[in-house]
Amino acid sequence: MSYALIDGNNFYVSCERVFNPRLEGVPVVVLSNNDGCVVARSGEVKALGVKMGAPWFQLKELAVRHGILALSSNYTLYADMSNRMMGVISRYSPDQEIYSIDECFLGLDGFPADGLVDMGQRIRQQVRQWVGIPVCVGIAPTKTLAKLANHCAKKNLAGADSVCDLGRLAADELTTLFEHIEVGEVWGVGRRLTEQLASMGISTVRALRDADPAVIRREFSVVLERTVHELRGVSCLALEEVAPNKQQIMASRSFGEYVYALADLEEAVSTYIARAAEKLRRQRSLANAVQVYIRTNPFSEKQPQYQRGITVPLTQATSDTMRLTRAVLWGLKRIYRPGFAYQKAGVMLMDLHSEDQAQGVLFAVSAPAHPLLMDVIDRANARWGHGTLKLAAEGVRKPWQMKRERVSPSYTTRWDELPRVS
Amino acid sequence: MAEPNTPRHGGPRPGAGRPSSEPTKVIRLPLRLIPAVQALATAPLGTQVPRPDAARLTLPMFGHKVRAGFPSPADDYVEAFLDLNEHLIEHKDATFFVQATGDSMTGAGIQEGNLLVVDRALEARHGDIVIAVIDGDLTVKRLEKLRGKIRLVAENPAYAPIEFTDGQELTIWGVVTSVIQRIKR
Repeated sequence: MSYALIDGNNFYVSCERVFNPRLEGVPVVVLSNNDGCVVARSGEVKALGVKMGAPWFQLKELAVRHGILALSSNYTLYADMSNRMMGVISRYSPDQEIYSIDECFLGLDGFPADGLVDMGQRIRQQVRQWVGIPVCVGIAPTKTLAKLANHCAKKNLAGADSVCDLGRLAADELTTLFEHIEVGEVWGVGRRLTEQLASMGISTVRALRDADPAVIRREFSVVLERTVHELRGVSCLALEEVAPNKQQIMASRSFGEYVYALADLEEAVSTYIARAAEKLRRQRSLANAVQVYIRTNPFSEKQPQYQRGITVPLTQATSDTMRLTRAVLWGLKRIYRPGFAYQKAGVMLMDLHSEDQAQGVLFAVSAPAHPLLMDVIDRANARWGHGTLKLAAEGVRKPWQMKRERVSPSYTTRWDELPRVS
Repeated sequence: MAEPNTPRHGGPRPGAGRPSSEPTKVIRLPLRLIPAVQALATAPLGTQVPRPDAARLTLPMFGHKVRAGFPSPADDYVEAFLDLNEHLIEHKDATFFVQATGDSMTGAGIQEGNLLVVDRALEARHGDIVIAVIDGDLTVKRLEKLRGKIRLVAENPAYAPIEFTDGQELTIWGVVTSVIQRIKR
């Protein structure tokens, strides 16, 4: 058994470059919501030493000096391009796990071992031609190793032409390779774990692979013990082809400008809960409680600070936008304090269970839910775009909405924003 | 994120008492109107609610699924509905729509504002109408590959062909497979 991990290089930047070839070969970054931080960097920007998550305002000088172009994130475009990329890749194996917007695993059970590198090259070539996105392919006997193989392909540490099959390396070659890769590159080993491992003298992939699994389990967790086995080529993690339903659904955004009035916060919170409720209905779940929170800008030290959240339990589990909206607005009124410059609000649907496990209520008057209305709203919004049908509580003008001043057109999802050719 | 503050006992309960979100008023209704008013209050937008005193009118429903009586003689011949996507799009993941501007391809029947269906899965061949990248812009032209010479040719004598000599790289973005022109009315 082998796995492949395929991921798009600088995915968001690559999506933008497909439709705007002028971005080819120049340093480009994509910024997070409200154009705050760097969430994607082209190779040229990485070479300048710009870190992931760097705040854009700190980069202004560097940007002027090197002509770095910044774009707002266009998630509509990235999602569409992701679906296309995943579609092309799915032609190569019946077993695919879409792991994130820009990466997926393929199960390669039954494929001849000596043909995997060729197949990797074909995937790379086909995704490049069909969708326009450059990808790297890592192949190995376990998912953890496939992730590592992908890292090797990307950094050109092993393999060739952006494809690396660790299964093709001899044992001593693997050991040498793993000696030169930091343990932090291993899937699931974050910054904190890296520090803890370092204190035990484990700083390379090789050291972790050769650590005693029993000790790792005792000192850390069974999860990390599994990682050790996976690094040794013993597959412990299977493909998850069906994404499990979420246990919590969150919707939060920072505002485009500071918000002071309760009325504006109410609009924002109503908008977020409508989005969250839509996701809730899509996974056919009901929520038993909602949480709403608001906060000022923690980085603006001169301003008075306030943050507060409240959980509102529901008498009856629901996925009805009207009932959920009423609950969060009730919660918001209790936590709102005038006189603060609010920067962010969020809602979270909690204690979810599936629709068919709904429990009756003993004392509540059977509150009207509106399944038909919700269905109509969801279908209209799927067809004509979000916000086509909404509760008036969401407001119309939405002055608090996030800023996306440098957003590219929705090239693939809106008739009036198609690429133009002359 | 802020720490949730979960009231477990006492305090206000959502949904209890009078709704605080908006002003309310008690109204008196004839008993027979109550079901209709309740239905109206909870019905999806745009629902026609019958007047409570109107006689109920039921209409029969027609459809092939109902097979009481004589079956439709056409049923055996129904194959499928014609789907324009299926007709125009061979490779879904590789197909993009673009909008034509300018008049450089009028000779090929491509007018300003036309919608072009572009298939990136196809290998561009001599004679194809292609989308190519010229100086960072997307352009639509006919591809000519003759005796090792590559040219992008406009279908309008007002535009000179663009020649590619050895070493000059031509980036083909996709192959145009259909032109869609709306008839104004």
